[in-house]
Amino acid sequence: MHITKDLVAASATPLVLGILAEGQSYGYAILKQVNELSGGHLEWTDGLLYPLLHRLERLGHVESTWDSPPGGRRRKYYRITDQGLAELAEQRRQWAAVVDALRGVWTAGPVLRPITPQWGVA
Amino acid sequence: MSVDSDKDLESQIAEWRAYVRRRRELHSTDAEELEDHLRGRIADLTAAGLHPDEAFLIAVKRMGSLDEVSREFAREHSGRLWKQLVLTGDDGGATTRNRHDLLVMIVCAAAAALAIKIPALFGLDFDDDSVFFMRNMSLFALAPLAAYFAWRRRLQPMVTGLLALLFAVGVVGANAYPLAADSHTLVLTTIHLPIALWLVVGVAYAAGQWRSEQRRMDFIRFTGEWFIYFVLLALGGGVLTGIIAGTFNAIGLNPETFISEWLLPCGAMAAVVVAAWLVEAKQSVVENMAPVLTRVFTPLFTATLLTLLGAFIVAGNGIDADRDVLILFDVLLVVVLGLLLYSISARDAANPPGLFDKLQLALVVSALAIDVLVLVAITGRITEFGFTANKTAALGENLVLLANLGWSAWLFLGFIRGRRPFTVLERWQTRYLVVYAAWAAVVVLVFPPLFAYA
Repeated sequence: MHITKDLVAASATPLVLGILAEGQSYGYAILKQVNELSGGHLEWTDGLLYPLLHRLERLGHVESTWDSPPGGRRRKYYRITDQGLAELAEQRRQWAAVVDALRGVWTAGPVLRPITPQWGVA
Repeated sequence: MSVDSDKDLESQIAEWRAYVRRRRELHSTDAEELEDHLRGRIADLTAAGLHPDEAFLIAVKRMGSLDEVSREFAREHSGRLWKQLVLTGDDGGATTRNRHDLLVMIVCAAAAALAIKIPALFGLDFDDDSVFFMRNMSLFALAPLAAYFAWRRRLQPMVTGLLALLFAVGVVGANAYPLAADSHTLVLTTIHLPIALWLVVGVAYAAGQWRSEQRRMDFIRFTGEWFIYFVLLALGGGVLTGIIAGTFNAIGLNPETFISEWLLPCGAMAAVVVAAWLVEAKQSVVENMAPVLTRVFTPLFTATLLTLLGAFIVAGNGIDADRDVLILFDVLLVVVLGLLLYSISARDAANPPGLFDKLQLALVVSALAIDVLVLVAITGRITEFGFTANKTAALGENLVLLANLGWSAWLFLGFIRGRRPFTVLERWQTRYLVVYAAWAAVVVLVFPPLFAYA
């Protein structure tokens, strides 16, 4: 299944903030987690995650630190701020409203029949 | 075999890194972050059984086209590419566009140069009608500059109309009031009208997006660069003037009238537009000049202000309420504000607080102390002699500066102690531009009638 660009873009911020709400992380790990959470459906271009992270940092939603382990490579870690947590809560409310509205549309009308799951036995 | 392929992989990554580093949108820390990502993916892919070179290819492919990534970075960090105003998107046909640009710049500069000579057609003379020229000087120079930006940014008719309206208000503010040649309000108008109009030019510069904080920051950067170019042009103009004067005198001709009536006024007016064009066209040449200057002068000014404060404490008699001295202090405070604004605009907001930021805080706090001393002196004069246009303007200016410096110091402190991101300081300064514009407009439009044109 291909998810359109608009949806990917719209869901990027809450996904990243949500992942960081569970603990600090770095770019590649965040990307892998998005991939796992979406069952591989949300395909981001790797490079585009970083401008997003930098934007969130500029807005004060996340903060970053460079971690340089002795003998290892430097790695940039991101951590969510209190402001970021508030933003995440706000985005959750908005998404919940959207999901509710969609559910209403999809169950109300007789025109739209329930989706048969792809793995269904029907 | 495995040693070889590891070496191969390292050289491939090194090549990739060199390629990334050539992009001006990506800083070295960004490149490092992306490289870490690349290595993470390669490690996963080789663990899944791929050869290193295959893994490298797939990892690079997954990173997406560097063009696209760079564009996103540029969009996010417009400060790094402020002069290109990435979002106006004039990628194609760059050379024809440059030539058009040059042409329009020459037309606008010529318009500015001619504007100052047009009154002469109506019998107005520099020396005899200096009042007229003092009032209108900034209009002659800044209206063509705004027109240049209106063309360059392809402004919408709405915005162009708004700009025309604001300049019309400027014309009214400059000429409607009966101001005598020796009146204080005339001097105040001469100082404040350019400030108000400069911020109107800012609306044109920001392509009408004057609400955007990033565009405002771009305009602050532009102002600093423009100032440097203008000073350079003035220095060059001075050399040119000297040569003309010397050589023509040597062959027995007197070029003085030509110099004072044509070369100086027309040259100065045209230079306003030319400097703006240079900033846009040749940015990369002096891109790092202004930050360097702030680095050099911030410590020097901090030392000066601290010495001054020390001298106050030792002398123990406050500021002697002499008018000229008070003006000098105001100039000092404005310079400090300029240093502050410029270093903020040149600073990468992502960097952690450092020694230089502490120095900035010291500068701001000492400026704040001096501002308070000046305010005490002004209030003393006002209670002694009552409100006059000059004193009220000085009082207002110092209060405007006090509010800015005070809150800046507070935000700086929060930033240095790690409580706040640097961006709040940027936001505060860009928002404060409106206060300057409003205050300058009030002085130009309200003060003359309020103080009976005195």
